[in-house]
Amino acid sequence: MSGFLSSSIGRKFAMALSAFFLMIFLLQHFAINILSVFSESAFNKASHFMGTFWAVQYLLQPVLIFGVVFHFVMGFVLEIQNNRARKIKYAKNNGGANSSWMSRNMILSGLVILAFMALHFIDFWIPEINTKYIQGDMSGLHNGEFRYFHELEEKFHSHIRTIVYCISFIFLALHLLHGFNSAFQSVGANNKYTRGLKGFSKIYAIGIPLGFIFIALFHHLK
Amino acid sequence: MNLTLKIWRQKNANDKGKMTDYQISDVSPDMSFLEMLDVLNNQLIEKGDEPVAFDHDCREGICGMCSLYINGEAHGPDRGVTTCQLHMRKFKDGDTIYIEPFRAKAFPVIKDLVVDRSAFDRVQHAGGFISVNTSGNTQDANAIPINKHDADKSFDAATCIGCGACVASCKNSSAMLFVSAKVSQFALLPQGQVEATDRVLNMVKQMDEEGFGNCTNTGACEVECPKGISLENIARMNSEYLKASLKG
Repeated sequence: MSGFLSSSIGRKFAMALSAFFLMIFLLQHFAINILSVFSESAFNKASHFMGTFWAVQYLLQPVLIFGVVFHFVMGFVLEIQNNRARKIKYAKNNGGANSSWMSRNMILSGLVILAFMALHFIDFWIPEINTKYIQGDMSGLHNGEFRYFHELEEKFHSHIRTIVYCISFIFLALHLLHGFNSAFQSVGANNKYTRGLKGFSKIYAIGIPLGFIFIALFHHLK
Repeated sequence: MNLTLKIWRQKNANDKGKMTDYQISDVSPDMSFLEMLDVLNNQLIEKGDEPVAFDHDCREGICGMCSLYINGEAHGPDRGVTTCQLHMRKFKDGDTIYIEPFRAKAFPVIKDLVVDRSAFDRVQHAGGFISVNTSGNTQDANAIPINKHDADKSFDAATCIGCGACVASCKNSSAMLFVSAKVSQFALLPQGQVEATDRVLNMVKQMDEEGFGNCTNTGACEVECPKGISLENIARMNSEYLKASLKG
């Protein structure tokens, strides 16, 4: 395996594995968020479990942070290397004739997602870490009730925040529309299931961000 | 047809180069693109100007020498053809046509529209072959049973002519389609198994050393490839490379 990760294929492989991990996380995030539409109590219980269970907090959370940082850093490294591979650009380039906008602009959609994640962390993750690990309040309670659902609703009162979230989810869909299928190609998936995977990747890429948009609008319009 | 040509002119490998405009008239729609350039060059020579240097050999779409980036696409707007098989009927009277060399750090321009694609030769030398005993005991290839599906896929991969359109079209200047075709054509056959591990490791290593970019699966290479080499080959090479890395 020596030199695998320093090769172009190894880097692609690592990028794809981190993408798979993030897509599984996204599905889990969505599964918990959608509970907020149907049941305040179920959402509170699930949020409290995720926020306090030791394995999630001390094992999965650091892995997730590593996965996110790795995916972004590797994305930038590859983009820089790829730009260096063509020093003089074409006077006329008709990229639209042979490839999708999504595939040619992964760095752009990735940057929008990165900016969104910064906002999302400021909105939810940093206050959560502050409450639990700086103030030392692991109860998840506020005035005797679970605080998670109310915090969620409060955030989506703002028109601007809701619009920014919805736009970010559209860019997430654009990123996934190319990225999901591309990840399978990168790990060498080439068999009788390939066509089915392509179909599934489109459903996931559109369905999950659309679900997040629905959740944001649901709480905003409520 | 009367056309305006915007052509990349570069005196030598060290020259900075620039796009230069030319007017050409009475172009027949039945001419091939290279014949149109021949006409332009005759006009330039008659005027005492330096003709435009461009690569060509067979002019039958099989040698892979012609390598022009026309109106923003490798081998021009037609599909499944090399530049020599592109005809002027694909353009309209009064059109402006951009003609540039294939651009990649690994394909330096030698002069005008001629690029040095010897990086591909070095990748081939690194492992794009099988060793055959030629001492008089050579086994008849037809005596080895191969299932038709694999044979067809191997032949499809082997149709790659190494023109470099994949590199030119790729926004990252990646050579993965070319290298994967060369890896696949042997990986699918029993004759290719003996050296399979070293082949893919060495060819990918050489590809990376040449300075090609990383594949991001945009699929532009497959669309622009004059021989229709499939992206499936890249997936196959990726899995071959992983297997070889685990073994080696």
